[in-house]
Amino acid sequence: MRFGIVVFPGANCDHDAHHVVKHVLGQDARFIWHKDRDLSGIDCVILPGGFSYGDYLRCGAMARLSPVMEEVVAFAKRGGKVLGICNGFQVALEAGLLPGAMLRNRSLKFVCKDVHLKVENDRTPFTSAIPAGEILRLPIAHADGNYFLPDDELERLEGNGQVVFRYAEADGRITDAANPNGARNGIAGIVNEAGNVLGMMPHPERMAERILGGEDGRRIFESLIGGSKV
Amino acid sequence: MQARVYVTLKRGVLDPQGKAVARSLTTLGFDEVRDVRLGKFIELDLGDLPKEQVRKRIEEMCERLLANTVIEDYRIELLGA
Repeated sequence: MRFGIVVFPGANCDHDAHHVVKHVLGQDARFIWHKDRDLSGIDCVILPGGFSYGDYLRCGAMARLSPVMEEVVAFAKRGGKVLGICNGFQVALEAGLLPGAMLRNRSLKFVCKDVHLKVENDRTPFTSAIPAGEILRLPIAHADGNYFLPDDELERLEGNGQVVFRYAEADGRITDAANPNGARNGIAGIVNEAGNVLGMMPHPERMAERILGGEDGRRIFESLIGGSKV
Repeated sequence: MQARVYVTLKRGVLDPQGKAVARSLTTLGFDEVRDVRLGKFIELDLGDLPKEQVRKRIEEMCERLLANTVIEDYRIELLGA
């Protein structure tokens, strides 16, 4: 599988994502500079974490105007897979690839810690190798991860099964205490209606090797590749 | 021409920064404070355009970049118009 990792000025998880898909999973991967437009041959675009454009104005607001994003939106419309991680999720929201917006964490603090996630939907290309109901442990590191969607749209999102990951206790209970940022309904990751675009605040690329403390993140990439080595 | 744009979180959208500032003001003894909303203030210096066009152009700037209308409202002030 061919991965394209978009490099925005200020991205800082681009190399982590590249490392995981190329060196841990042995897939084809290349970086795509944000001013380039060539996505030829790419099966999955990764919008990586970081602080694109210094988070000026709003997280992701500038990055979505980069030339490459026009191509990424067209790619997604054709059914191409897009994985937005952390700042990449924020860029995907600003670009209209996914519904909703991010507010400042309710604690007003940058939160950097491991969290537990309940897999709510395994009928996506990103979770096909992880049975629904399983609990993953992944790190988060963000100040603006407080996912917001108005009531009626939230109801539709939930009804469509577009919520893929929800913050949970280690035993899987969904509680307010397990919600690290105040996101509505404890939402940590969602897909678009077609299911080919996933945005998530936690960092699967930082938890894909035992030496780094865990391998749960690798299962998302393995789902994508289609080799359910779990 | 100068213009000012105020971007604030919509009513009904939790404003954690505003809440923190409100609490701090209460701590200082400003008991009359009921609510605080924080926002962004943007000054625009614009080239000459027919006045009727200016507001329309700034509205477009707000819709496309300056505000995220999922969570934010905006208000436009034209100076010397």
